[in-house]
Amino acid sequence: MKMAPDSDIDDILTEHAGREGALLPILHDIQARFGHVGEAVIPTIAQALNISRAEVHGVISFYHDFHTTPPRLPVIKLCRAESCQARGVEALAAAFADETRVSIEPVYCLGLCSVGPNAWVGDQLYARLTPERLAALVEQVA
Amino acid sequence: MTRTVRISNDALALACGADHVAAAFAAAGCVVERVSSWGMHWLEPLAEIAGEGFGPLTADDVAAVLAGTSALGIGAIAAHPFIARQQRFTFARAGQTRPLSLDDYAAHGGWAGLDAARRIGPDGVIGEVTRSGLRGRGGAGFPAGIKWTTVAKAPAARKYVVCNADEGDSATFADRMVMEGDPFGLIEGMAIAAHAVGAQMGYIYVRSEYPHAIATLRGALDLAAPIIAPFRIEVRVGAGSYVCGEETALLNSLEGRRGEVRAKPPLPAIEGLFGQPTVVNNVLTLAAVPWIMAHGSAAYAAVGYGRSRGTMPIQLAGNVRYGGLFEAGFGMTLGELVMEIGGGTASGRPVHAVQVGGPLGAYHTPADFHLPFDYESFAAADGLIGHAGITVFDDSADMSAQARFAMQFCAVESCGKCTPCRIGSTRGVEVIDRIRARSGRGADPVESLPQMHNARKGGRSLAEDITLLEDLCETMKFGSLCALGGFTPYPVLSALRNFPQDFGLPAAAAAE
Ligand SMILES: Cc1cc2nc3c(=O)[nH]c(=O)nc-3n(C[C@H](O)[C@H](O)[C@H](O)COP(=O)(O)O)c2cc1C
Ligand code: FES
Repeated sequence: MKMAPDSDIDDILTEHAGREGALLPILHDIQARFGHVGEAVIPTIAQALNISRAEVHGVISFYHDFHTTPPRLPVIKLCRAESCQARGVEALAAAFADETRVSIEPVYCLGLCSVGPNAWVGDQLYARLTPERLAALVEQVA
Repeated sequence: MTRTVRISNDALALACGADHVAAAFAAAGCVVERVSSWGMHWLEPLAEIAGEGFGPLTADDVAAVLAGTSALGIGAIAAHPFIARQQRFTFARAGQTRPLSLDDYAAHGGWAGLDAARRIGPDGVIGEVTRSGLRGRGGAGFPAGIKWTTVAKAPAARKYVVCNADEGDSATFADRMVMEGDPFGLIEGMAIAAHAVGAQMGYIYVRSEYPHAIATLRGALDLAAPIIAPFRIEVRVGAGSYVCGEETALLNSLEGRRGEVRAKPPLPAIEGLFGQPTVVNNVLTLAAVPWIMAHGSAAYAAVGYGRSRGTMPIQLAGNVRYGGLFEAGFGMTLGELVMEIGGGTASGRPVHAVQVGGPLGAYHTPADFHLPFDYESFAAADGLIGHAGITVFDDSADMSAQARFAMQFCAVESCGKCTPCRIGSTRGVEVIDRIRARSGRGADPVESLPQMHNARKGGRSLAEDITLLEDLCETMKFGSLCALGGFTPYPVLSALRNFPQDFGLPAAAAAE
């Protein structure tokens, strides 16, 4: 699958040329622009940074943030870490286990641990979630 | 007369709807100033008008606030007991300045520390930081002065200052509040560190879950560049890996590699980023330094408890009535923090368990409420204070489920480099599942083979599974390369020892 015109990738690579340890910033930029980091760009990145394709692949697969295919559904990241657990997120998540229109994915802490349960969608954060508020959020993004 | 209303724009206030409230005040003809948060999270969004606070507000409350008929007033914010009982050094400006205003920063004592550092020179700075007793706030509590001395003495043409802003622990948000609310304070601290050790380049490694902090820091760095020159700082963004908070994994990540932990030695102070001498410090460690330089090490060291000097920004979170940021000298008891300051649980039910120090910290019972909040006291009680996050649980919590979560989290986040952490955590989940199901375990098909002379053929009892879990924790504790595998036994074993009934054991087994 061809995910983007090569020129876009080249622009990103040029932008980071000469930067120390540029791989993560490059991957972040590619994912921000195309929604994912496709397998097809790996050789281009490897060549630009003079590292092996295996190394690039190894980095992409190590980090939870990077994915090699575009997300199938709109994503709601719901914090499932301890402080949100203490505020009832597990019951909340269980109530939405059958939701098929959006993908409710776990994230471990959003730094809002005194006002959970919390969610993160796009560039917006949502605190003090109740079943009603999460349902409204699902409607909004679905 | 137009009234000025101050409302925080930090991520937590925004998540609680601060923008809607701000818009309503603006629509009513007020001048709205977006400032940092005071840290009283249960009151967010909190509006301040001429020193008086109102919260938690929605847009619908604004008319009543302006008419003087709102029931949500809390009186003078600075006099509120939650604020008045604190000793704010690092958070001295919290609630009072616009995060990206250089004028506000300078008017509230900003840059005085850097000026002092430049006056007394690198050796002078290291002397002051050492005498202040400042210890690393990222968890391990290593003396900052010693680390800086090592880097300063290491001969190299190129050195780095790396700020660890990966803040992955649940219950912690103090780093985030510094970065979003007082970014120049962190930048000033890094500039002082660079001056002390002779570094040219600094990186702030921020977790990707903190987009607001990233944006604020980038804005602040553009503004502050001339002030800290020739030292330069760049923000780098993590990619959703908890273990990248471990300093050597963080360095690998900064270099563009998988975030795998490195064996130590060599210490990062000698061979750190790109093999060069590197100071790696937590946000709170670095942000404490400007105050120390401006007010003197003696004033800082005068506060604290035992070998834990100065103040700690403590974070009250989870099922707690008054959650937020509480900066105080070390030494308050856990009970004071949870019951008096935090007001007990938000649900109103009894406090069942308190986890101190994030996912790698122990679960305490109220029997530990006498413990003074300091590194050594918690270590002596088989716990740790870590990054000073406190999660409160009420009596609806099932502590065997929490123990399972600790193992599962370790399995998900393990970097994979060492076996006890990578494999042990998965086996840990399985054993705890068996304990929770009281199922015991029979021999599996391989173990049943006649060739497997040493494998046991009979089932394993609950008691044997508990022993197995304890053995596994022992192996992880002593065999892991870093504290991810090494400290996961803290929440697991503390849950087992302090809440045996949740594992199907009689309460008496707790004593051991
Ligand atoms: C699994 C793991 C995660 C860690 N996460 C963080 C973190 O998010 N922030 C942090 O400052 N230190 C973290 N640390 C501690 C760092 O390794 C290191 O001790 C710290 O950055 C040193 O800075 P300090 O001396 O100022 O505390 C973590 C350690 C481990 C083992
Ligand atoms: S634990 Fe959910 S935001 Fe921190």
